[in-house]
Amino acid sequence: MIYILQQSLNALQLGSIYALIALGYTMVYGILTMINFAHGDLFMVGAFFCFIVATFFKLPFIPTLLISMIGVGLLGVTIERVAYRPLRQAPRVSAVITALGVGILLESVMLVIYPYPQSVPTLLPNITWTIGGVTISLLQIIIILLSLGLMLLLDFIVRRTMVGMAMRAISWDKSVVPLLGVPLNLVISATFALGTSLGAAAGVMYSQAFPVIDPYMGVLIGWKAFISAVVGGIGNIRGAMIGGFILGGVEIMVAAFMPSTYRDFVAFTLLLILLIFRPYGILGQPRPQKV
Amino acid sequence: MDAQTVEKRNWRSRIGQRWDAIAENRRILPVLLVVGFLLSFAIPQFTLINPYYQLIIMYVGINIILATSLNLINGYMGEFSVGHAGFMAVGAYTAALLTMKVFPSNLVGYLFPLTILIAGSAAALVGLVVAIPSFKTRGDYLAIVTLAFNMIVKSVIENIEAIGGPRGIPGIDRLTTMPWVFFWTVLAVWCMRNFIYSNFGRGVLSIREDEIASDLMSVNTRQVKLLAFVISSFFAGVAGGLFAHLLQFISPRVFDILKSTDILIMVYLGGIGSIAGSILGATIFTVLLEALRPLGYYRMILMPLLLIFLMLYRPRGIMGLREFRWFIPSYEQIAIRLWRQKKEVPDASAG
Repeated sequence: MIYILQQSLNALQLGSIYALIALGYTMVYGILTMINFAHGDLFMVGAFFCFIVATFFKLPFIPTLLISMIGVGLLGVTIERVAYRPLRQAPRVSAVITALGVGILLESVMLVIYPYPQSVPTLLPNITWTIGGVTISLLQIIIILLSLGLMLLLDFIVRRTMVGMAMRAISWDKSVVPLLGVPLNLVISATFALGTSLGAAAGVMYSQAFPVIDPYMGVLIGWKAFISAVVGGIGNIRGAMIGGFILGGVEIMVAAFMPSTYRDFVAFTLLLILLIFRPYGILGQPRPQKV
Repeated sequence: MDAQTVEKRNWRSRIGQRWDAIAENRRILPVLLVVGFLLSFAIPQFTLINPYYQLIIMYVGINIILATSLNLINGYMGEFSVGHAGFMAVGAYTAALLTMKVFPSNLVGYLFPLTILIAGSAAALVGLVVAIPSFKTRGDYLAIVTLAFNMIVKSVIENIEAIGGPRGIPGIDRLTTMPWVFFWTVLAVWCMRNFIYSNFGRGVLSIREDEIASDLMSVNTRQVKLLAFVISSFFAGVAGGLFAHLLQFISPRVFDILKSTDILIMVYLGGIGSIAGSILGATIFTVLLEALRPLGYYRMILMPLLLIFLMLYRPRGIMGLREFRWFIPSYEQIAIRLWRQKKEVPDASAG
């Protein structure tokens, strides 16, 4: 029982990181119907920002987190401006391939700067509590609470503010809404800034929980986060959160009760079964098809 | 219109006519094939090219098979499959195990075509299973299915200790030779071309344009999808078998998502929905990657930059939707010519 509780805590920790990355995928998809395959690598850049700031400037946790989020947010907006905006009228796949290219570019640039895996200095004191046999560390609490806080903030922004309303309107209809005076490019930039900075926050937290980082760390985690976004129903913000926690839970529980090498196999098989019964994800709505 | 432009246009059209004559004269094709086949024997025999370049040429051939087979699903059927390396892995492992464990070692060389055939069939069988979710799901959700498939294949191989687990299979006999690569590449391109211009191929194209409409026009979409997936995965398995016997070492890490991404880039670099594009894309990608090797890590920066710039300035890839004329059947060419003449009538009257 205690073992299960302990593993659930780990699942929450991993799930909240997946959920934060999945939010970036789902927001960009919702507004541009484009899969931003570079998002996993932006997560990686966030982790490296954390490494650089913590190693060379020796700043505490919160400023490091903020600097990474702002830096990667700016990077995300720049990528959108330079690489995705000229392709908005082009066929959808060319934008997706460009995103793949941007992702490989980010990996390669990081590989040139840091060819070897780096270890990130710990920024938080290593305090643990034991409650009824379950060990909780300060880091776990901060990761879970901070991600929940960021998700609530995002949910608030999307549902209650003008920018959020504009985002929802544009994802509803991209051609008419700008005619009503909504600045399309500004709103899309805002979406990228929000989504990528959440990814960076996930990167910082991940690099604190698993302190060895390398330029290819974003590939597998990025794809997995994308999968959680699809499980929740891509384009749906609450769905992405649920999907992230489901994937994190499944992975940790499989690793807890079976040989850990079965993790990916069981997780992805479950995903396939889910997609057979709910082809549009948990919260996704099937879009009507017209001829 | 001044005299100079007229002159220029005449000169251009004369070149164009000569090119048309060459391009439409399909009698050259068998001659070229025979010459190519003989060359593929002669090059390794007399070391006409240094062995390193021979290796690159063979990788080009394998990549052409991979790119054309993925193009069938991504380009012609308009789906977005991102797990092509999974099929390749199935083929590679089947072929390697047949050579290493099943066939007697003194007959392995003679049984090589059979090995590759079985490898392709195994991959096709797996492709049949992957095709079933494609009946219901489309677009990004199908992308996820193929992605998950790729990861499942990798994970399954890693967990079976009998086939090497995560360490892979080292020391596979080097049976892939240039004539074999040439033969399978030509066969793959030939099959793909004939499939696309067959009735089923029309069905595949109609699914890309509009699935519901093609269903209403009595295209059996399930059958067509199944067939497209099976053919595509068959050739991916063939390429995997050839690859395993060329690299002489396979491990699950070779067939991860990065390999799938490479194949995707080849297809989109060349241009979707064009066999010539796939051939061009695979060739350019492979050769460029090798040519830039002296740059070291910077090669890894240059490649994606090239890809991004290509997509920004030619979003449909190098060939776009155009096709090399030898690949288009003659009745189609006549139809295209008639359509062009019709279109150019007002233009001629204006000039």
